[in-house]
Amino acid sequence: MSILVGYAPVLPEILLAVGAMALLMLGAFGPDNEKSGEQITWLALLLIVAAAALIVLQPPKTEQLFEGAFVVDRFSRFIKLLVLLGSAGALLLSVDYLKKKRLMKFEYAVLVLLSTVGMMMMVSANDLIALYLGLELQSMALYVLASMQRENLRSSEAGLKYFVLGALASGMLLYGASLIYGFTGSTSFPVIAGVAQAHDAAQNVGLIVGLVFLLVGLAFKVSAVPFHMWTPDVYEGAPTPVTAFFASAPKIAAMALLMRSLGVAFPGLEPQWLQIIWFVAIASMLLGSFAAIGQTNIKRLMAYSSIGHVGFALVGLAAGTHEGAQAVLIYLVIYIVMTLGTFACILSMRRGDEMIEEIDQLSGLAQTNLPMAFTLGMLMFSLAGIPPLAGFFAKLYVFSAAVQAGLFPLAVIGVLASVVGAYYYIRIVLIMFVKDPEEKFAPVSGKLGFVMAASLVFIFVFATPFVGGLIVDAAGAAAKSLRF
Amino acid sequence: MIYLAIVFLPIVGALIAGLFGRFIGARASEFITTGLLIIATVLSWVAFVRVGFDAETARVPVMRWITSGELDIAWSLRIDTLTAVMLVVVTTVSALVHVYSIGYMHEDPSRSRFFAYLSLFTFAMLMLVTSDNLLQMFFGWEGVGLASYLLIGFWYTKPEANAAAIKAFVVNRVGDFGFMLGMFGLFFVFNTLNFDPLFEATAQAAGKSFNFLGYEVDILTTLCLLLFMGAMGKSAQFLLHTWLPDAMEGPTPVSALIHAATMVTAGVFMVARLSPIFEYAPTALEVVTLVGTVTAFFAATVGLVQNDIKRVIAYSTCSQLGYMFAALGVGAYSVGIFHLFTHAFFKALLFLGAGSVIHAMHHEQDMRNMGGLAGKIPITWAMMLIGTLALTGVGIPHVAGFAGFHSKDAIIEATFAAHTPGNFVFWVLVFTAFLTAFYSWRLVFMTFHGKTRAAPDVFKHAHESPWVMLVPLFVLAFGAVVAGFVFAPYFIGESYAEFWGKALFTAPSNHILHDMHHVEEWVYWAPFLAMASGFALSWIFYVQAPWLPEATARTFRPIYLFLLNKWYFDELYNWLFVRSAKGLGRFLWKAGDGAVIDGTINGTADSVQWTTGRVVKLQSGYIYHYAFAMLIGVALILTYFLRSLVMTGGAGQ
Repeated sequence: MSILVGYAPVLPEILLAVGAMALLMLGAFGPDNEKSGEQITWLALLLIVAAAALIVLQPPKTEQLFEGAFVVDRFSRFIKLLVLLGSAGALLLSVDYLKKKRLMKFEYAVLVLLSTVGMMMMVSANDLIALYLGLELQSMALYVLASMQRENLRSSEAGLKYFVLGALASGMLLYGASLIYGFTGSTSFPVIAGVAQAHDAAQNVGLIVGLVFLLVGLAFKVSAVPFHMWTPDVYEGAPTPVTAFFASAPKIAAMALLMRSLGVAFPGLEPQWLQIIWFVAIASMLLGSFAAIGQTNIKRLMAYSSIGHVGFALVGLAAGTHEGAQAVLIYLVIYIVMTLGTFACILSMRRGDEMIEEIDQLSGLAQTNLPMAFTLGMLMFSLAGIPPLAGFFAKLYVFSAAVQAGLFPLAVIGVLASVVGAYYYIRIVLIMFVKDPEEKFAPVSGKLGFVMAASLVFIFVFATPFVGGLIVDAAGAAAKSLRF
Repeated sequence: MIYLAIVFLPIVGALIAGLFGRFIGARASEFITTGLLIIATVLSWVAFVRVGFDAETARVPVMRWITSGELDIAWSLRIDTLTAVMLVVVTTVSALVHVYSIGYMHEDPSRSRFFAYLSLFTFAMLMLVTSDNLLQMFFGWEGVGLASYLLIGFWYTKPEANAAAIKAFVVNRVGDFGFMLGMFGLFFVFNTLNFDPLFEATAQAAGKSFNFLGYEVDILTTLCLLLFMGAMGKSAQFLLHTWLPDAMEGPTPVSALIHAATMVTAGVFMVARLSPIFEYAPTALEVVTLVGTVTAFFAATVGLVQNDIKRVIAYSTCSQLGYMFAALGVGAYSVGIFHLFTHAFFKALLFLGAGSVIHAMHHEQDMRNMGGLAGKIPITWAMMLIGTLALTGVGIPHVAGFAGFHSKDAIIEATFAAHTPGNFVFWVLVFTAFLTAFYSWRLVFMTFHGKTRAAPDVFKHAHESPWVMLVPLFVLAFGAVVAGFVFAPYFIGESYAEFWGKALFTAPSNHILHDMHHVEEWVYWAPFLAMASGFALSWIFYVQAPWLPEATARTFRPIYLFLLNKWYFDELYNWLFVRSAKGLGRFLWKAGDGAVIDGTINGTADSVQWTTGRVVKLQSGYIYHYAFAMLIGVALILTYFLRSLVMTGGAGQ
């Protein structure tokens, strides 16, 4: 009994893992039809809500399990709630789409759940082995999800590309991990931190090379430039709800992993990794802004948009301060809500059974479906960072953290990049509100409408002291539990 | 409290009429704005009696405005005699114009807007005259400029009205530039813009110099000249006068209120208000005199040959403003203000009378198409006659006369007493008085007398204006008759000191007000003679021998054309400024805007497009390209670190 009590902090993960297995059995041995697939999806949603409830109910203290390999603290709880939000949102967005595309299979929900468990393990990982375990569990499920639509060539291609390049990234990460282990004698973050803090650590070539490879593996997961190349192709090829999932939860988890491994295991090498983050942040912001301009497919556009946003979030991390880490967390909250809302709009671009992905087809949407056009328009303004919408505050916090840390060039480049980025976001608004209307879209379904409305409300109320203050405070507390 | 009410009642009216005019209707807008203005007028006269005769002065704080470093500006009303005089002038004329407009504008579809603008103007003007610091004055200054712009361009579908509105705005900008520089300069040197500390400080600064544009110059002279530049713009003085005649494109009541009685006198008011500064800048005062004299003469000569009834009066206004500045320049501030005061009555009367004529003639303004109207519109004729008598300064020296007699002749006497070189100013102003009489009577004769030259049906339908338009004329006519001899003792006579209190400042060495009452006897008669001969000549030209004007014009054709074309100032400016500005504009547009700015912007856009193209091309879709990119990235980062390790010499370990 006391052993069980000792495992209480991992209860959410255990619940999701066992639940996923149970749903797998249910699906495998139950009737093989669309209805059971949908039921299992709803059950999976229920499990996610339950896991979120368990996390909320956890006592607000730091606990370590499995010989210190797994840590539960404010930071991990904060991120896990975000991850669960992303997963739940992605599941909610997928139901209609999967039914229309005759893809309503129980495996979808189970894979999302397993991937979510992987992400939660990543978030809590305090050891290189645990890190890798979580990362691979998450990735494996995502590879399969990307190629869900087997008979669609692009979907299969997306899955394959993601798998091959992911394997390469994993290989690099493992290589880095092995170097780190070799030069520090341990896989545990705190022990690595102890070695890396020694005065000659900065001259320790092996450790630094290991750090670089580890960082590269993680940068691939957050799709930071120059390890981003898979993103546009996979985003475009994967079924749209899967893209929505890719763009939300895994990004958050990988970002959290990046923050924890750098913050906890390598505080001694901060000058070194800050330079990498610096470089990656600038490259991501610029590429995300510039490359998106030429896109005609809205999913590809969102891919570049997500690359750009990762760059902005990394600006906060590059500051290397408490404010910076807090700003990153705030950015992630706002980013995930905006992303889910935008994908709800993208999934509503449908005529009959045909999904529309061309940006031109949004032409004149304001005349055919004003509420949707308004929502998408506001989300675009928010993504562009126009006050008083939430996206503006996201950028405000990271840039002011950068300025406080004296990183003026970074902040200036960031602002310029967001100006360039504003062009393609606002162009969508222009197309919707100024151009002549195209043929009407099918009516927005209730689930998508709910996600749209929720995100719309959020980007507006973030400016109010209550909501914004709550999130800022929570992010501050979470960042504090992570040394920052 | 009463002062606050005077200043803020008009803005209340303006807001109601402007924001809710659509809902409450034009009639209600008219009554609300006019009613509030009449209340303000009554209060102003109460204030005038209190301040002028009971010697009350006050500072009424309204609110703190700007506090930034050493700049501490409060919004407060400065109430002294000068303010009180201006309050009376502004509110009285404004209220009468409001009433008159109810009749004059009754066919206009957007009357709410018109009355809102009128009240807005009145508020801004009151703000200007009650200001307690230069910034607040500048606020009012710009406010009246804005209202003037809006009202000149009130009929915005008329291209001439728009052009005139823009011209007025732009020419005023030139003056305002000087005003602002002067203001900045005062703050730069004295660290304050509030009048009382400023006046104390400037008294100490007489004769000191500072560096301006690389030259060592006298502080007060420079700053006063800059400020006077603002006054020249607003008061349409020589060189910056060109906007005033064009401003007649606005509705006639606007001309009466803004371009005759109030706004254009803002420059005069400003110099009088800043008399404690100007007194210590004798060179600047000489410039003021010179500019005033030249303007008086120049505008009068142009007025001789104009045919548009409103333009004649406009040039007359310009000329009379020149008189006021000449008085200020010789140190007779109170005389200048007195002329401002009386002029407001008879000039507003003349304008509103002209409006009545135009109204009767169905918007005909060319005097060549008038004549013989005295029988048709006798009341208007009588009112115009009173206005003309007042403007030309009819009166018997040492006895009494119309308003203009007391104030204008006082100016001429003051300029004589000032003993300018060769009594140049005096003689020019006397001659100008002759010209004034000539063109004023010419207007009356051409409009009202002789055989009519109007189209028969227009003449047949010419009719007297409604009472709502005539009553304001009566009030103004009353003022034009009595304002002179009733107030002369207080403004410029024996009760001078008690009346003005500390509102106007004269240096201890300035005895002009004493001297002007002790000039030789013939000086009193000189303007009388000029006025009488002007009248006589006009009578010969336009009543006795109507063929004479044409013959004269033919004989002296170059001179005639020179005058008719207003000394070719518009053409000169067109050539000098407008064309070169257009040239500059074209250059900036083509080379600056087109090549540099558009080039930069389009260039940026192009390079963004180009970058995008490159980046997208990188996205080839081949998996080995992607993997290669990743490896390149790793290699770059590793190289960077290994290199820095080698540089610090730590690689060996």
